[in-house]
Amino acid sequence: MTEIQAGTGAAGVAASDQVPAIELDEVVKEYVSHGEVVQAVKGVSLAIGEGEFFSLLGPSGCGKTTSMRMIAGFEEPTRGVVRLHGQDVTNVPPNKRDINMVFQSYALFPHMNVWDNVAFGLKRKKIPDGEIRQRVGEMLEIVDLVGREKRRPREMSGGQQQRVALARALVNRPRALLLDEPLGALDLKLRQHMQIELKRIQREVGITFVYVTHDQSEALTMSDRIAVMNDGLVEQLAGPREIYERPATKFVAGFIGTSNLLGGVVRAVNGASAVLALGPSDRVVVPVQGAVAEGDTVELTVRPEKITISTEQPGGDLSMVEGTVSEVVYLGTYNSYAVALAGGAEITVFQQNAHDSTTTAERGDTVWLSWQPQHSYALQ
Amino acid sequence: MSRVRAALTPYALIFPGGVWLAIFFVVPTVVMLSLSLQSGNVADGFVFTWNWQSYVDGLTNYHDQIIRSLVYGLAATVIQIIIGFPVAYWIAFKGGRHKSIYLFLLLLPFLVSFVLRTISWQFLLSDNGMLLGPLKNIGLLPDDFRILATPYAVIGGLAYNFLPFMVLPMYVALERIDPRVLEAANDLYAGKFQTFLRVVLPLSLPGVFAGVLMTFVPASSDYVNASVLGGTSTTMIGNVIQNQYLVTQDYPTASALSFTLMALLLLGIFAYAKALGTEDVLEVAAR
Repeated sequence: MTEIQAGTGAAGVAASDQVPAIELDEVVKEYVSHGEVVQAVKGVSLAIGEGEFFSLLGPSGCGKTTSMRMIAGFEEPTRGVVRLHGQDVTNVPPNKRDINMVFQSYALFPHMNVWDNVAFGLKRKKIPDGEIRQRVGEMLEIVDLVGREKRRPREMSGGQQQRVALARALVNRPRALLLDEPLGALDLKLRQHMQIELKRIQREVGITFVYVTHDQSEALTMSDRIAVMNDGLVEQLAGPREIYERPATKFVAGFIGTSNLLGGVVRAVNGASAVLALGPSDRVVVPVQGAVAEGDTVELTVRPEKITISTEQPGGDLSMVEGTVSEVVYLGTYNSYAVALAGGAEITVFQQNAHDSTTTAERGDTVWLSWQPQHSYALQ
Repeated sequence: MSRVRAALTPYALIFPGGVWLAIFFVVPTVVMLSLSLQSGNVADGFVFTWNWQSYVDGLTNYHDQIIRSLVYGLAATVIQIIIGFPVAYWIAFKGGRHKSIYLFLLLLPFLVSFVLRTISWQFLLSDNGMLLGPLKNIGLLPDDFRILATPYAVIGGLAYNFLPFMVLPMYVALERIDPRVLEAANDLYAGKFQTFLRVVLPLSLPGVFAGVLMTFVPASSDYVNASVLGGTSTTMIGNVIQNQYLVTQDYPTASALSFTLMALLLLGIFAYAKALGTEDVLEVAAR
């Protein structure tokens, strides 16, 4: 634990032999609301690595913002410990923590121009004037605001204000930057542009970013790792690919992207996979971990784009189910099919409009849906 | 048709207020201006003669009272800022769910008439009254100590009577401050005092500015406090004007003095607004 070794594991995964930049240890936050104790955060443990782009993702009220505010120091945990670089900062006020925050609505100082906003933190830290000038100038260059130093926040567009907020935090060279839904107020085009910008800036400055969002595509695009939160707890903590491909819980499967849920009784167990009984001509094989016995009910998830739709029964080792097309939606780059199974479940299938797409199922057609067994996951 | 109506609507909206101001402000002001340049007396009537002498007389005979009025008004305003700011700050930031109750309590004394409140101050501050009597009895104060008829009583009364007009605009300015802006300052290494100095105070200045305008002007031209709480050495220009109108019945001098006071206050306001009312001041304050 105290030993710091060089070299990390797979990119983006916090190596366990390094002191994490940010650590939450069994953190609980309780509020008293109308005489009742409400738990906003119910025991969250996280370790965020140095230089990592880490996202807290979840619906509103899941505890992600409260968790971030405890890292920043605006809230004190009811129980548990917050550590920054191994040091216990649980009761340290925000102005004594070496981390900065980008607020949801930017919270720029309305009475100061861009330059004074950005220089605020450095002045409080009593950095010499010459160095302040140099660092603020450099930072305004990074966020592309040179020439707008004298503007007031309200004379600027949302995207520009956003960049001022970012510069105001980053200019202090904090050891970690917290971002609370920073792109929420921007329109789609600008948001996508800023996602790429943020990622670029993070690479350039090499600072740990903790990003709070309810937008799953934002989290998937930018993050090294994501903690999906629900109801005050972390449901899954993994890289974007794993979160998307292998959702650990039903909540994660439903919250991230579109996913299909299929339930069935185990007919046979073959080593690490189970064969489920669905319709008479269906064959669904799913990899399972741990003890699953014949007769158990297992729920599995499979992503719409992993499924192939065909009018003839496919061969090979694929999982396959039979159903009836109930809806076809043309979405430009792909078609979305809704297929009703005999058991009542409805499966969504995305099919690319590639040049060699030959299948053209119509509403009412009987079709076969098939997928590689390793693309489906049993849920806990 | 509808375009004509749309063009006329703004004028229709200001018409009632415009007529009101024309009848009750513009006309009396013009009459007063004319009166200040007339000569004569009540018995024989006044004639318009471009008589500037009233202005000269007014300034030579009563410049002491004019200066005293401005000094008292300023002193009362400063006291109101010192007393009022913490009150406004406390209600805005610590008032929680009961903000409106606290604001109501602040305004509660003002449901009683202005003159009556001042007279009750006279009662409280009288030489052997509720406040000074017991203190003199136990020997804490000498027997000849008094507050009434001193400048302290008049300035105190002025500060008290116009306090809500100072607190309310300051409260509005403080209330509008986004708490996240304060968190941002805290996040950017500013402690409580620095956050107050660099963020809260500059953002409250527009409220203080409005409060000063709303209290300094009526306090400087007030005559009730000086006549109820003051003595012969605390006469303000308001008392002189009242006396000239009602007792001496020298209408031209009274009008000339009113105009002089109005001109001085307007000049003061313009200078003040020019110096403090611009946004540059906020930026300077933020450094």
